[in-house]
Amino acid sequence: MSKQINVALIGNPNTGKTSVFNALTGLNQKVGNYPGITVEKKEGICKLPRGVKAHIIDLPGTYSLNASSLDENVVIELLLNKNDKDYPDVAVVVSDVENLKRNLLLFTQIKDLQIPTILVINMSDRMAYKGISLDIEYLEKELNTKIALISTRKNKGIQELKELITHYKELSSEPCLNASTIDKSYFDNLRKAFPNQLLYKLWLVITQDVNFGKTDRKTIEAVEDFKTKSNADLKRLQQKETIKRYQFINETLKKGQTIDLNSAKDLRIKLDRILTHKVWGYLIFGVILLLIFQAIYDWSSVPMDFIDSSFASLSEWTKNTLPEGAFTNLLAEGIISGLGGIVIFIPQIAFLFLFISILEESGYMSRVVFLMDRIMRRFGLSGKSVVPLISGTACAIPAIMATRNIESWKERLITILVTPFTTCSARLPVYLIIIALVIPEGRFLGFISYQALTLMLLYLIGFGAAVGSAWILNKIMNFKSKSFFVVEMPNYKLPLFKNVALTVIEKTKAFVFGAGKIILAISIILWFLASYGPGDNFNKAESIVTEKFASENLSEDELHQKIESHKLEHSFIGIAGHAIEPAIRPLGYDWKIGIAIVSSFAAREVFVGTLATIYSVGSDEEETIKNRMAGEVNPILGGPLFNFASGISLLLFYAFAMQCMSTLAIVKKETNSWKWPMYQLVIMSAFAYIVALVAYQILI
Amino acid sequence: MTLADLKRGQQGIITDVSSIHIPLKLLEMGCLPGNLVELVQVAPFADPMYLNINGSHLAIRKETAIHILIETTNE
Ligand SMILES: Nc1nc2c(ncn2[C@@H]2O[C@H](COP(=O)(O)OP(=O)(O)OP(=O)(O)O)[C@@H](O)[C@H]2O)c(=O)[nH]1
Ligand SMILES: [Mg+2]
Repeated sequence: MSKQINVALIGNPNTGKTSVFNALTGLNQKVGNYPGITVEKKEGICKLPRGVKAHIIDLPGTYSLNASSLDENVVIELLLNKNDKDYPDVAVVVSDVENLKRNLLLFTQIKDLQIPTILVINMSDRMAYKGISLDIEYLEKELNTKIALISTRKNKGIQELKELITHYKELSSEPCLNASTIDKSYFDNLRKAFPNQLLYKLWLVITQDVNFGKTDRKTIEAVEDFKTKSNADLKRLQQKETIKRYQFINETLKKGQTIDLNSAKDLRIKLDRILTHKVWGYLIFGVILLLIFQAIYDWSSVPMDFIDSSFASLSEWTKNTLPEGAFTNLLAEGIISGLGGIVIFIPQIAFLFLFISILEESGYMSRVVFLMDRIMRRFGLSGKSVVPLISGTACAIPAIMATRNIESWKERLITILVTPFTTCSARLPVYLIIIALVIPEGRFLGFISYQALTLMLLYLIGFGAAVGSAWILNKIMNFKSKSFFVVEMPNYKLPLFKNVALTVIEKTKAFVFGAGKIILAISIILWFLASYGPGDNFNKAESIVTEKFASENLSEDELHQKIESHKLEHSFIGIAGHAIEPAIRPLGYDWKIGIAIVSSFAAREVFVGTLATIYSVGSDEEETIKNRMAGEVNPILGGPLFNFASGISLLLFYAFAMQCMSTLAIVKKETNSWKWPMYQLVIMSAFAYIVALVAYQILI
Repeated sequence: MTLADLKRGQQGIITDVSSIHIPLKLLEMGCLPGNLVELVQVAPFADPMYLNINGSHLAIRKETAIHILIETTNE
């Protein structure tokens, strides 16, 4: 087999690197019109002509090789380490034809590293629209490279790019300008001291700490001695270097690029006049949010009812068709009920992902960042925290990773800590079923349903808790970190149907299978625990109950019911549930809800599945989950168990509690310590308990 | 005057950038002496500011903008 070649996709944020990656590898990594969608290295394989295989690496966007945030640092770490297994044989610099000037800065830096480099100019479909024309031949000569003019959207030029990669050995690896003239004597000395090292690399290592703080780079240790210059001097030199590079780029583009402003159209100005307006901007943002909640509620009720009743009849059918026995019961009561508890939420979750993905793909997200920055800053957050907080409504895990493009460590840490308060899609199942049980169906002003309004309120509570705790954290964490904010405002784009659809499908699938696995496991365990028990109370339930009610003349059915519930009470799970009951009774819950809460510390969405499993054990009728829950009676006070007070108490508990192992794991990873996730777990859950307690005691 | 004094829709040429206060990243995005800058839109209290610098559209905070000196062009 021939050797694989390593190809790294490098470029400014939002230039279409991931789109190129997907086009080359046939994979479906997430694409979005917001700088900073990719925050990690992603890898794939591309088959090139003549049986050559390329190992393609998609990287986070970076404006230059001087990293100022964590995601950018990934790129520099790779390029400075020749021993890295992913060190590129060829660098593909992806640029956006509309921002060529700025994109070329990074290109000239990569060239200085003397890696064979291809320049991809992407989004060529926008050239006519913007009145841009390019003299490719001239640019290739001046920039000392090969250029592929492509459009991933129109699928143009990909083949040519593959050809260029195949022939990477023919590419020049010479720099296109000599930046060391900015301080000749300094660089001459450096060269003399390290004759075997690449000058530009030395310079990057020397200046790295100035911008990004400590990085553990072992490559060139002795360079420490060469920090003869003060930080301020180094910074000035870097500024000079940047100016020098831009001079070169300006010269080159003056001849190589013509922009006919007369034929250029700009939708941006018109849209931004409204969408970022002081009043209209906020109003529109509010309306968009409201619309999303209304849609989640109204549009998905039909498929949800259908799924709910289908699972109920499937369970019933299984029971009636398969031979009676433990396995049938496990299947019908444990597995099918548990899975039904998750599948039912697919429509709503798909809608949520659909909206988030449209917001991201259209370019609107950056406008929200712009609108919200000042408000968020009050609370110690950054405008950029809005993106994690919004995408946290889907799932906290990608949201926490999306904080990586926040420059200030303090703002970033606070964002990570408070993001789990936002209402993630795993809370949605819990909210929906409880809202359906305890909130009346009418419509406010004849338009928005009370239930949708409650849901929106819960989202606001989550958001409020996030912002409020950020404010507190900002007050008590007294470390100063460099705060600085810049966000790019990308062009508006019509969301590409394919990108949106792929995101929705991929994310929904991940949700269902990720949660499905946990739920499957938990429902099997729960079923066992609920179907077996120790001692006579469980094993001789029949005779005990029959004896007890002998005088009452119960019908066959009623007696059967009594026996089953007696069994459940004395099963393993019943015993465990009764043990924790004292702790949760003041909140208005019975032991079954208690079990559901405990099991949902693995993942929140388990709640509904758990109740479904517990309730269906021993029940004969075909019933939907909702009906089963509605039929539960409070063992002490009588009346429905899920009433307004206990419902609200439960909603609030789920709004605040930290019940997700995966989130804790990702927080550990992003903050590099167990300290922060443990704080989250303890503080959030304690707070949840107190709020739920107070709410129930007031409302009851 | 500084960038923070620009009115919406007004243009200017950057004359000086304080390298102590302005992060390199902003320079790399085109915020360099000699470049044209236009204030496209402001959020309430003129903060942050949405700019077009040298063809790049970006938003920065006012606290950063006061460290960028400009000259207005007479248009
Ligand atoms: N018009 C047009 N849009 C494109 C083209 N290629 C990509 N886009 C859009 O550009 C945006 C950015 O694409 P991505 O592939 O996510 O860019 P990226 O460079 O990976 O971005 P980051 O990971 O955030 O750095 C998306 O909205 C794409 O749909 C193209 O050829 N033409
Ligand atoms: Mg990407």
